[in-house]
Amino acid sequence: MAIKQLSVFVENVEGSLAKVTDALAEENIDIRAMCMADTQEFGIIRMIVDDAPSAKQKLDDKNLFLSVNEVVGIAVSDEPGGLAKAVRVLADNHINIDYMYAFISVSKKNAYVVLRVDDNDAAEMLLSEQGFTIVTDDDVSRI
Amino acid sequence: MGNYFQKDIETMPVEQIKAMQAEKLVNIVKYVYDNVEYYRNKMNEAGVTPDDIKGLEDLRKLPFLSKADLREGYPYGLLATDLKNCVRIHSTSGTTGKRVVAFYTQHDIDIWNEMCARAIVAAGGSDEDVVQVCYGYGLFTGGAGLDGGSHKVGCLTLPMSSGNTERQIMFMMDLSATIICCTPSYAAYIGETLKEMGYKPEDNKLKAGIFGAEAWTEEMRRDIEKSLGIKAYDIYGLTETCGPGVAFECSEQTGMHINEDHFIAEIIDPDTGEVLPEGSKGELVFTALDKEAFPLLRYRTRDICVLTREKCSCGRTFIKMCKPMGRSDDMMIIRGVNVFPSQIEAVLLNEGYAPNYQIIVDRVNNSDTLDVYVEAKEGDFSDKVKDMAKKEKALASAIKAMLGINPKVHLVAPKSIQRSEGKAVRVIDKRKRLGINV
Repeated sequence: MAIKQLSVFVENVEGSLAKVTDALAEENIDIRAMCMADTQEFGIIRMIVDDAPSAKQKLDDKNLFLSVNEVVGIAVSDEPGGLAKAVRVLADNHINIDYMYAFISVSKKNAYVVLRVDDNDAAEMLLSEQGFTIVTDDDVSRI
Repeated sequence: MGNYFQKDIETMPVEQIKAMQAEKLVNIVKYVYDNVEYYRNKMNEAGVTPDDIKGLEDLRKLPFLSKADLREGYPYGLLATDLKNCVRIHSTSGTTGKRVVAFYTQHDIDIWNEMCARAIVAAGGSDEDVVQVCYGYGLFTGGAGLDGGSHKVGCLTLPMSSGNTERQIMFMMDLSATIICCTPSYAAYIGETLKEMGYKPEDNKLKAGIFGAEAWTEEMRRDIEKSLGIKAYDIYGLTETCGPGVAFECSEQTGMHINEDHFIAEIIDPDTGEVLPEGSKGELVFTALDKEAFPLLRYRTRDICVLTREKCSCGRTFIKMCKPMGRSDDMMIIRGVNVFPSQIEAVLLNEGYAPNYQIIVDRVNNSDTLDVYVEAKEGDFSDKVKDMAKKEKALASAIKAMLGINPKVHLVAPKSIQRSEGKAVRVIDKRKRLGINV
């Protein structure tokens, strides 16, 4: 069920990020969601794209340093307290969130949240029990 | 027992070698005194005349010669014969300062080629071999030295020079090269490129490699042996002494036999100049016994190593030098601690990293900083910042354990550190820019 996320290592050097975004543009890849983690030395750009396998291939060809891993995506109603409910259920069940990021789709009433947790299956089960819609790779392509 | 190019000499009893050295020493000192004004002045200043040198025990009376002397004498100051008797010039790379030029008579070249031939035969070479020389040809001694040695042995010589790695690999494969000669960092790069091109180590016909001209570690040797499917042999030399071949490794791979029929080696305390007993660690000093054009008496190499004369299973009787632990030129003093780049390299290889790294030393707020840039392992990237930070921290602790000082480790993307086709530039000491004497 989980969705594929691409994480790319970007050195703290001029033009590193442009190399990544140019490559994706060339391949006609649509970035659905992204977040950038930065440290003093390097950054990690994490992305959900419409076509993860093609994106990985393209970035590999460009000799970029990356990994693909699975994250949990859920639809959260776009209203006060929407996210709180999801985070609370994970906290109550001792599932740690390493990081998360959100994006809002213009056409729907939902916001989408990407969660990096230590146990994807457990998180998905708990969240769907609470009525959250779990996003799949297919959904991502269609959003 | 091994293979020899000149068995009688390479296995000569030690007493006989010493007698030969003593006789040659007496003659060369006289020759230098008569023909090299620069060194004659040095001897006069030290109050020594050729008559004082009657045997090996008198060697220590002679003044040292340093790289600074050779620079001062540039270009002809240490030349001992007419230029019309010289047939060749080689030069140092000049990476540590002004270039030094060395001159050769035909006799000098012949001896040098013979020493390289000994190295090739010790690595298992014969007239049936195809020797690919990818050391640079030109002013650098690497190409000419191994090329000459390969011809002496009667090998089929592939004079590739350095660079154009894809072409190197094409010729290596198409012409079934069996022995490769280059710098160890270039050998590692060729191995990496072969793998990228989809070749397995057993796909090539190489059996041995002769690598020198820069410091490398045992770990790096194992890596190269694995990636190319060969036995990797060390070779040693300096442009000043002729070039590669002054010492070479045998099948034992436990140090390099010094060609004692042509050189006397000593180990001294680099600070006091005092001669140290066999087995001590110190600076290597060479006295050339047969050089006509550019003779060197007690030349300080700046290389730190140990000499041992233990019986070698290869049958050679020449004294052995260990792999230099670093040049005293390469040695950095960081926060008061002596650091050799090779120590850091050993840690990286031990921790499973590729030997591609760069060391940057600087001074910030009156305190030395040591930054080590290391290529992350292929496929070892995590989307979590804390995982990457953890890897950097683990490597920093391993380096700290080795050196006693804390480095800052920076992981960079694989293959992002520039590869070298000759000598790799591993260290950038920015303190020099500040005019700090280091």
